[in-house]
Order: sequence, then C-alpha cells, then structure tokens
Amino acid sequence: MILALEYQRSPARYLAARGVTSTALGSRLTGMVAGNVAPLRLVNHPAPDPPGTGWTRVAPRLSGICGSDLSLLAGQSSPYLSPVTSMPFVPGHEVVGETLDELPGLPRGSRVVLDPVLACEPRGAKQCRWCGTGRASRCDHVTIGRVSAGLQTGFCSDTGGGWSRQFVAHHSQLHGVPDTMSDERAVLVEPLACAVHTVRRVDMPSGASVVVVGAGTVGMLTLLALRELSPAVPIHVVAKHWHQQERALALGATAVHPPGRATRALRRSTLARMHVPERGSEFLLGGVDIAFECTGGASGLDTALRLVRAGGTVVMSGMPSGHVDLTPVWYRELSLVGAYASDAGGPDGERPDFARAIELAATAPLEDWVEPAYPLRRWREAIGHAVDAGRLGSIKIAFDPNRE
Amino acid sequence: MSRPGFVLEVDERTPPLLVHQGEGFRLERLPLGSKVVYPPDSLPGVRNVDAAIEYALLNPMGIEPLPELLKPGMRLTIVFDDISLPLPPMQTPDVRQRVIEHVLELAAAKGVDDVELIAGNSLHRRMTPAELKRIVGERVFRSFFPDHLRNHDAEDSANLLDLGTTDQGEVVELNRRAMESDLVVYVNITLTAMSGGPKSVSVGLASYRSLRHHHNVQTLRHSRSFNDPPNSAMHHSYERMKDLIGGHVTVFQIEATLNNDTFPASTGFLNKREWEWNLADQGRYLAVKRANELLPTKSRRRLWQATAAPYGVTAVNAGTPSDVHPQTIANVHRQQLTEVQGQSDVAIFGLPYICPYNVNSIMNPILVMSLGLGYFFNLYRNRPLVRPGGTAIFYHPVPGDFHPVHHPSYIDFFDEVLTQSTDPAVLETKYEQQFATDPWYIQLYRKSYAYHGVHPFYMWYWGAHALEHLGEVIFVGGNRRTTARMGFKAASTLADALEIASHTVGTSPTISYLHAPPLVMADVR
Repeated sequence: MILALEYQRSPARYLAARGVTSTALGSRLTGMVAGNVAPLRLVNHPAPDPPGTGWTRVAPRLSGICGSDLSLLAGQSSPYLSPVTSMPFVPGHEVVGETLDELPGLPRGSRVVLDPVLACEPRGAKQCRWCGTGRASRCDHVTIGRVSAGLQTGFCSDTGGGWSRQFVAHHSQLHGVPDTMSDERAVLVEPLACAVHTVRRVDMPSGASVVVVGAGTVGMLTLLALRELSPAVPIHVVAKHWHQQERALALGATAVHPPGRATRALRRSTLARMHVPERGSEFLLGGVDIAFECTGGASGLDTALRLVRAGGTVVMSGMPSGHVDLTPVWYRELSLVGAYASDAGGPDGERPDFARAIELAATAPLEDWVEPAYPLRRWREAIGHAVDAGRLGSIKIAFDPNRE
Repeated sequence: MSRPGFVLEVDERTPPLLVHQGEGFRLERLPLGSKVVYPPDSLPGVRNVDAAIEYALLNPMGIEPLPELLKPGMRLTIVFDDISLPLPPMQTPDVRQRVIEHVLELAAAKGVDDVELIAGNSLHRRMTPAELKRIVGERVFRSFFPDHLRNHDAEDSANLLDLGTTDQGEVVELNRRAMESDLVVYVNITLTAMSGGPKSVSVGLASYRSLRHHHNVQTLRHSRSFNDPPNSAMHHSYERMKDLIGGHVTVFQIEATLNNDTFPASTGFLNKREWEWNLADQGRYLAVKRANELLPTKSRRRLWQATAAPYGVTAVNAGTPSDVHPQTIANVHRQQLTEVQGQSDVAIFGLPYICPYNVNSIMNPILVMSLGLGYFFNLYRNRPLVRPGGTAIFYHPVPGDFHPVHHPSYIDFFDEVLTQSTDPAVLETKYEQQFATDPWYIQLYRKSYAYHGVHPFYMWYWGAHALEHLGEVIFVGGNRRTTARMGFKAASTLADALEIASHTVGTSPTISYLHAPPLVMADVR
C-alpha cells in the first residue's frame, strides 16, 4: 500500500468548484476551493504494477504542482480532455524520482526525470504518424494500448502519478539526471522541456519582437528558453507581481510590464496605435510579432491576441480555460499556435526537447525557484500555496512524497 | 484706490489662513513669524471695455492704427490665445470675443474678405467646437466655423512655414497661413508676466521643431524666473524669433490684462483676506467646504471646472509685440507684484484645482508638479521666495488620475519614464524624441483632443529650475505613491512637513507663504 493523492470522478464537485471559481469573488478563493471542494483525497492504495516489459516502478523524490493541475482542481479545465483521462488517477507529472527496477541502460536506483506523455511506445501500440516522426506529444493513440486512457502520466488510472510514493513509467519516458544536478533543479526539467518545445513551435526571425504573457513557472521558463534558443529581441514580459517582474528582468527580459500597463507599454515600444472598443480591453493596431500566452487563463489569451500585429502569431503554452473573443484572430489574420508538452525534435532531427532542457536546467539561474517541498499529508496547504504562488513570491511548489 | 500687496507676519492674533489644496481648501495655522505674501487688492476693471478696445485699436504703440493696416483684398489672420488662458476661464463674454468682434467690424468696413481665425494652441490639445464658441462668441463662431475658424495644427507639415533660423541657430517654423498673411492680429490675455508679447506668435503658432529651441531644460534652468522676461532665457529666445517673424509678416498685437476677481460671488471669500471675512463669508466657507468634501470626486471636479471668474479687464493695449508688452507687464505687476524682503528657508504654496492644461480636464500628477514647481515657484522677480537648498511645501492631494483622452502621453510618461529617472536633463536626452515623434500621439493630437506627445516633458522641464534650486519638495496631503514616483515626499500635515524639512533647514526655519490664488508675484529683495 502506498500513500497517494487521488483525483476521483465527481461531476458535482467539479461543477461546484467551477461555479465558485468562475465568479469574481470566487476566483480569489481558488486556493480554498481547490483544496476543499475538488474531488482530491489522500488515500492508501495498492502501488500500481508495471504493465509490461520496459516499465519500472518509480519512487518520486520531488513532484511539482503544475498550472494544469490547479486548473483541474479548480474546475477550470476543459471537459474536452475528459475522454483522454481515466479516473481515478493520481496527479503529478513534473517528477524527479528513483527507479525501483532494472531497465536496459537504466539501472535500479537511477535518478530520473519523467517525460509524462503516454504515447504509442509505452502503450505498446502500433506507431501512429506522429510518434513515427518524433512528435509523440501529438500521439493519436493515448486512449488505447496496455494502459488505460490518459494523455500523460498523472491523468491515467493505471500508471499512478507523481503525487504519490510510487508510480510506474516506461523506459521511453525516463531521462537520467546528472549527479551534479539537485532535485530542485531536476523537478523543473519537465516544464522547461515544455518551454523549449513552445519556443520551437514558431519560426522566429532575428529581431522578432516578442511578448510573454504571464510570469509564473511557464512564463519564466519560456523567457529562459527564448533567451537561450531564439534570436528574439526585444522580449517583453507581462508580469503581475513585483517579484515576478524582478525575476523576469534578471532572466534577461528587455522590459516587464504589469498587466494593466502592458498594452500602453507595447504600443509605445512598437510605435503601434492603441484603440479602446466600446466594451472590452484596448488593443493595438501594430504590436509585437509573437506573443506567448503562458497563464492558461482566458484573460491572458485575450491580452495576447490584442498585443500582436496583423499577421503575427500567438502561441498558447498554458492549458487554456474560459472563453475568449477570437475576433482579433479573424480580423488581424493571426496564427494561433498550440504548444503542448514536449517531443523528440520532430522529423527535422533537432535535439529532443528534454535533452535540451536537462542541459539548460544544469546551468540556468534557477536557484530558489522551488520552495521547500510539502509532504503529501499537507496537500491542502500545498495547493493553496501553489494557487497563490505569484502573490506570495514563490515560483514552483512541489511535494516531497517521502516526507511525513 | 486699491490697496497694494503686502507681507503679513503671523502673530498670535493672526487667524488661520486659507490654503488651496486642489479641488478643495483649508484653513491652516502657520507658525509664528511666518511671512504671508498677499497680492494687491483686485484693481477696478475698466468701465467700458468696448471703448477701451476701440481706443487701443485706434491708438496702438509703435504701429499705425488698425484701420490703416486693413486693405481690400488683403489676407488677414486673427490669432487668439487658447483655453489655457485665463485661469479660471472668464465669464462670458470673453474679452477675446469682444476684441475679435471689433477687429472683424473694422475689417468688414475696409472690405477685407480673406479672414481666417486660428487658435494659437501650439502643442496643446485642440479645443472642441463648444470651447471655441465660448471664446469667440456665438456670432463669430457661426460665421467662421469650421472652415475659417480652427485650431493651429503643429503637425500639419503642409501648413507650416520654415522662416529660417535666428542668429543662435533656432529654427522658426510657424503656421503657414499666418506667416503668408499680410497682417496677423494676435488677441492675447496676459494673466501672468510670462505670457503675451513676443511669446504669443512664436509659441502659439509654432511646430515642435521650433518649440524645442526654447522649451528645453537648459533654457528653463536659466529662466529666473520665466515670469520675469528680462531675466528669462526662454523670453530671450522669443525675442530673437520675433525679429525673424517681423521680417515676414506684420503682427498687430492686442493684449488685455485682468484683475484679481478670480472667484465668483458664491466663493467670494477666496478673493478676500481672512481677517476681513464677514459672517456671511465665514458661513459660506463652512458650507462650501463641507459640501465640497461630501461631493463624489467626479461631481466635485465638474463643479470646480464649471467655475467662471468674474474678472474685470484692467487694460487693453495694442501695438507691435515689443512695444505693447512692456505696458502689459506693468499692468500685470500693478495687480500682482508684492515686494518681499529676503528669501526664506521654507516656502509654502497652496495649489488650486486648475492650471493651464487641465481646463475641462483632470489635474494629473505631472500637471501638479508643473503647477507647483513651475508656475508657482516661478512667481517671483529677482530671487526665488525660498533660498537655494531650501524646502518647498505644496498643498495638493496629487491624485493619480489622468484624463485618457487629453493626456495619453502623460500616462506613459508617468508610468514608464519617471520610473527610470526624474532628472529633466536625462529625460530630455533619453526620451523626448521618442515621445515627440510617436505617430500615435501625433494622431491623437491632430484628430482627437490630446496634448502633444512631448507635452509632459515640457511640463517636467517647467520645474527644472525649481528642482535644481530646492533641497526638498514636500506635498501636504499628497498621495504617497504619486509623490514618491516624482521624487518628492508626502506629509499628512504641515507639522509633519516641517518635521521632514527640519533635516534640510533645521527646526526653526524662516517660512514664507505665497497666498495665491488670486495670483501674486513676489518681488524678492
């Protein structure tokens, strides 16, 4: 038996959480709602068994709380995703842990990070067109094969997840961590791989002007990836909280702007013209070339769409929620690009996102990004802290499942 | 016979004194020994303004009478001061309306058909049709608007004319219609000694290319004060430009001066010295203050902005700008100048609700700075009221409100530029061009009702001399965020302000209070 946090099917609780957090007042209580209304429970249940060869049991050392997890707990995730999950499941897909079984090239006790995508190879399914071309994050087979439906570990009932003392992972999902890298850095590898993938999703000409909307973990890591991997200049960051603004500048942002000031500041920077509609936020005629939406919120995407020049690109990095006026996509002929998880570099033979992320995590200034981890038993506090991380000056909140 | 201005020394019998504080006011008890500088009593206005105007037009200084300058078939351009003068706006009919009507009657009698009226608004916001009508009157408005009555457009390159450069290399680029006219008649109201004279045409009809030669940090720092033209580098530049303008076009300048009847009867106690308030005044003070405090912000602002001053016209003079202006300045001094013996460690100023750039608008923090450290600090001749390194204490709440239509570039200036530096020279070097040439600001200036993109810089430069001169600037009742952004301090009370200032000027500083408005100019000996 292992200790785990388990998310169960409960339409009533899902709707209650969604109903409360959708209101203006309720959105301020997201932490409380996520911790008390969401159908998440601390349970003792049997450890999952490896479903076949090439699988190993993994004992998490640290397991991060992601924005998509919070969105799920607050009832804000889209029902669209329900067929590609299987209940009940143990959340947690940002994991650094230790393997408990021998695998070829990965001895028992190896410290690993998890690429959570449950694509054709771990499922033992015939390769789909995407997995065959190094684009496993687009896998068409996430509902078939030897484990139940689940787009990722952490959303699949058979594999378990990082918010527990043990789960199972396929060899293809695991990447060894250098001995010199701390767990606190390693737990950031998965979101950093997503950020690398996000930046690689668009062709970025030298001198392209960019805005990153949101300065939580996703936004910061996207900024880091932009600085390391792209020729974009300038890079603006829309950051709500003071500490986020400071960190963004330290990471190399050209300028940071609070949300209420972003449109005006980017108007000035790009010599655009700003217009105020009869209802809704102001928008630019002109603007930046590319926007990275890293909040996962409707208002973040709405902001991004209003800041990009005609013919520009908006990359959706955060898991989207809520409804957004898509008129700018039509009127300004914008390209709306999704960026989900990470992949092996695609058919062009680029280096896999995870490999690049591990390198970056080893050298990037990520000190103090991960707060002292919570034990699973204090999950309500951990979730509350994660929801309010921006306000409280934190970036990444994680569980240490081995702590009591 | 009006009483001259005087300096009161506060003693035990001195009542609390009125201090303006934005859209409000208070009675403040000043420390014993403080000097309070009062303006002369309001001068009597001329009884027959129309006769005074007619006399001025027929008996100008240094130029032929206006009728002799008017010829059939000529191009006549009448330029008039915009909404920034006077403050508060005067009750209708505006004296500019009267002057313009007289000029038009003379022009009509002489068969002059080609007449254009242009508001000399420089880089100020365009005036709305209603605002134009209020200045020129219904009859003129109906006859000339919109085709022949308009605002100057400093960004309409096709309608600007480069007249060349002065011997100091200053570009003079002005409104083409005016400069290609046979005669320019400029209708001015000189409220402070800064306005009028050579400034009227060289600023009111200028482009940014031209204005930047005198509206800059170097010039403003050497204008001591800019209300004292002989000692103002800014006015020296106007003089040089005037000479160049005189080679292209004849300018017939008509200047009116006003008395100190600044507030209407309902708030007439604001025009009086406190110990002369009668019971009715005291009752009105209490009633107005209480009602004012109870009003919601927007209503309070609307009410104050609707105030029109019952000014009397003290004189109307006409002539060439050089000839008429000394006479005008003398009239301004007659109304506003008060001799003060010596500088003090601390100067106190109560800033009112209005300045030249927030008529029918909002006094944003930059305008508060410009009003305090620019206009009020510079209400002196010879030497500033406060000694070098001394402290200026201003009364104003400095709310962080901006008018989104009138002051769009101010918002960005406050949020993006002042967060980097408050040093006028740094701002000028690093940011002025960006704002001055920003196409969006230019579009809003030309097509909406926005001040030009560069205007907040000019407002900041307006305080450049004071910033260099003063050791400390404190706002009593000031919003801490906005004052801190501008590099100033905020205090809750005068006692707190003096406590803060004690680090700079000691615990027993000499204090002067410039009791305005009504306007007073300190002649500091």
